[in-house]
Amino acid sequence: MSKYLVNLTINDIPVSVPEGTTILAAASKLDFRIPTLCYHEDLCVAGNCRVCVVEQVGGRALLAACATPVGEGMQIHTNSAVVRTARKTIIELLLSEHSSDCTKCYKNGNCELQSLAHEYRVGDHVFIDLVNGKRKHIDDLSPSIIKDDSKCIRCQRCVRTCDELQGVSALAVAYKGDHQKISTFLDHPLVEVVCTNCGQCVNRCPVGALIEKTYVEEVWDVINNPNKHVVVQTAPAVRVAIGEELGYNPGERLTGKMVTALKRLGFDSVLDTDFTADLTILEEGTELLTRLKRAVVDKDPTVALPMTTSCSPGWVKFIEHTFPEFLPNVSTCKSPQQMFGALAKTYYAQKKGLKAQDITVVSIMPCTAKKYEANRPEMRSSGYKDVDYVLTTRELGMMIKQAGINFQNLEDSPYDSIMGESTGAAVIFGATGGVMEAALRTVYEVVTGREVPFANLNIMPVRGMDGVKEAKVKIEGCLPEWKFLDGIEVSCAVAHSLANARKLMQAVKDGTAHYHFIEVMACPGGCLGGGGQPIPTNEEIRSKRAAAIYGEDEGLPLRKSHENPEIKMIYEEFLGAPNSHKSHSLLHTHYLARKKY
Amino acid sequence: MENTRPKRVDIIFLMEGIDPIKVVENAMKKSPDEIILDMIDSGLKGRGGAGFPTGLKWKFTRNEDSYDKYVICNADEGEPGTFKDREILDRVPEKVFAGLAICGYTIGAREGFIYLRGEYNFLLPVLNQKLDVFNAGMKKIGLDFAIQMRSGSGAYICGEESALFESMEGKRGEPRNKPPYPTVAGYLGKPTAINNVETLVYAFMIARIGAEKFKEMGTKDSRGSKVFSISGDTPKAGISELELGMSVQQFVDEFGDGDTKAVQVGGASGGCVPRKMFKETIIGYEGIPTGGSMMLFNSSRSMYNVLHDYLEFFTEESCGQCTPCRVGCQQLLKGIEAVKRGEKNPAYLDDLKKLAKTMKVAAKCGLGQSVANPFISIVSNFKEEIIY
Repeated sequence: MSKYLVNLTINDIPVSVPEGTTILAAASKLDFRIPTLCYHEDLCVAGNCRVCVVEQVGGRALLAACATPVGEGMQIHTNSAVVRTARKTIIELLLSEHSSDCTKCYKNGNCELQSLAHEYRVGDHVFIDLVNGKRKHIDDLSPSIIKDDSKCIRCQRCVRTCDELQGVSALAVAYKGDHQKISTFLDHPLVEVVCTNCGQCVNRCPVGALIEKTYVEEVWDVINNPNKHVVVQTAPAVRVAIGEELGYNPGERLTGKMVTALKRLGFDSVLDTDFTADLTILEEGTELLTRLKRAVVDKDPTVALPMTTSCSPGWVKFIEHTFPEFLPNVSTCKSPQQMFGALAKTYYAQKKGLKAQDITVVSIMPCTAKKYEANRPEMRSSGYKDVDYVLTTRELGMMIKQAGINFQNLEDSPYDSIMGESTGAAVIFGATGGVMEAALRTVYEVVTGREVPFANLNIMPVRGMDGVKEAKVKIEGCLPEWKFLDGIEVSCAVAHSLANARKLMQAVKDGTAHYHFIEVMACPGGCLGGGGQPIPTNEEIRSKRAAAIYGEDEGLPLRKSHENPEIKMIYEEFLGAPNSHKSHSLLHTHYLARKKY
Repeated sequence: MENTRPKRVDIIFLMEGIDPIKVVENAMKKSPDEIILDMIDSGLKGRGGAGFPTGLKWKFTRNEDSYDKYVICNADEGEPGTFKDREILDRVPEKVFAGLAICGYTIGAREGFIYLRGEYNFLLPVLNQKLDVFNAGMKKIGLDFAIQMRSGSGAYICGEESALFESMEGKRGEPRNKPPYPTVAGYLGKPTAINNVETLVYAFMIARIGAEKFKEMGTKDSRGSKVFSISGDTPKAGISELELGMSVQQFVDEFGDGDTKAVQVGGASGGCVPRKMFKETIIGYEGIPTGGSMMLFNSSRSMYNVLHDYLEFFTEESCGQCTPCRVGCQQLLKGIEAVKRGEKNPAYLDDLKKLAKTMKVAAKCGLGQSVANPFISIVSNFKEEIIY
């Protein structure tokens, strides 16, 4: 942006801002908030809802503050009579095409249109109800996302999210005029198109047109069923975001309070997905080393490199649709959630003397795609559905509120055992680059017997919010059994959000980029920006959550997955060794190519 | 021009003794800046309806520093009641091509496009054939400029210039935010001069006969002549080129059937002039501007039906992107239906007028902004017909 300053007045107050600044941003500088609906900091400007219109003195028409750059000498009014009339009329128009039975809406209390209607005290609708005449269309076939067109206000945030941020384009604008709507390829339900269930659209929908499919009632039912032993696992990114649902500012670490709350909700055992995150590092690290050995020592031309991570179910479905030729490159490791489910109904059951069919596994995830992942037919290694119910961070917040728990006053509690122990390496799974960093910490040490050569184990090149990050680690001084890796520079790449993943994989496909190991997380910022995380989201909020995650890592006594005592124990007692036959049957999976539309 | 008949003019369709390629060659003897001065001096304003000064548009595009620039002929003639561009492209396409070439030379564009309304695709074979000859002619006279045809797919909104660019780029035809304006960032994000079919022919003729001759016609605010598409209750339906500056009364005296009660000027998106205002209303930029459509209605017509038709059209043809237009059109349509059925009080029409006024200032593009024109003019002047 140019440093050239533009002078204007907003509500008669002079302000100077750099050329190219929008009226919206300039007004914000003067602490004038202009309402918006289609505007979202993560997305390109649309300027289509028009609630942000402002008056320019001498102008023929009003200006959309979000889409109009400032001009020298402009005199803007953000709350004049004509602006107020227009704004209120626009809110009324939106309400007339919006199913506004707010008390029955899932987003009641967290709806931007509802807030605006309240702010402007929109009374009895002036306009004719346009919703009832139209055929109601609710797509609730997806295990992750419900799309209700009767609540849609056509702001197109979801379309821009799916297209720009995710490069998926499962959602698009279809038809025109009064038939215009947000739809999919041939109006198919979301389960039948390229939708990855990432839920980024859910995070950005200002109303209740796109919501997660909730399983809260089912979970209450099993908690209240005395014949069920209900085990809950919590993903790394939940602990740094749950606070936002319960009145905290973003970036608060609340692991201990969250565990206490889960116990108070009535779960029989509160365990940690971080445990299986550590396990993933052992399994995936071993898989990577095996592939490298086959490539370097055996000169096996069929070995698929670069190897990519497989923790993110949105990413897995994306690559199944978009780059099916690269499926052999995807690590066969299940995600930590699914490893946990498979072990809960085998290893945990065995240790606790329980029958698998009496155990219910509930996951608290920052993710909507995890709901879909748990439903994949491959995820039944225990002989039962490995993970029974997946709740988002938001749904956990809802349960805590429903149970009347005063969260802020809770004492901290530790996770239960077994499968509750974890290391800092597992916590950072929640941030983009975290799996890569955790894997490098372990793999380097396994191969050389020394700690990874980064200050305080912090591998900074793979951290941060750049879309694609790269790191190279030179392996020197190997232990005898890994001699063949001596001198090799392991080349790694990290991508977050699927648009970046597409760019990265296209480069790999075109042969313009060469790596050994690639980490992809479907959501911006990694799991901490997942589709199941608290709303709203933006880069500032995601950065605060990331800082909390890295803070949690630094504060833990163990920061390398292979040092987790419960991991050592499970290999000794149950699995044997990483990538053993038993590991393969319980902890690994396979993928399938899917159609491109 | 008081009490005189509208003056018929023959500029647009005149072909006798004109060699379009020769005219382009002669125009190139002048510098681009001289041509721009001529265009500004002529007072020519865009004939698509919005009336932006053509010379200024060319000047702004010329002033942009870009290797790639484009000139586009907007032939997406979709306004209900307008059919002049079809006639022009059918009868004198070479003059349109030459207008594009002169504009291309002036602004520094090497590529020109004609965006043709999908329903006019029957013109394509002949146009393409003639374009081949014309493009070869440009080579011959040493002008690095070639024209291609592009086809629309039937959406009214794609006549809006920025939606037209989106459509040409293979995207959904939805208007863009402005600024930036097309002269800065148009087709493919490059500086683009986009002109109506008729405008290009006038520009061509100004290059041929000079600004002075053009300026002699019309009024201070509305120079020159204009091609009108005349329809409705008239014995003289069809195309007429008339000097600008006449009153609606003069027009009706010439073209009416003796029982004209209203004239819809400028198509569905224009304003409706009732009989009592015929005398005082000038057809032109100082009065009621028009893209050329003149629909005459006699006393046998229900203005409720007229307005209802227009609103149905806009409800269907809104791109649906912005709230005021997408929802506003539906509310206006359903609103007058409810009043007609007695479900809403006649006073509801005032609420709807307020809504129309909001649409005029808050919609994203000209489509949504102009729905207020027919709505307010018809409801204000024919309230009884709407209610009863």
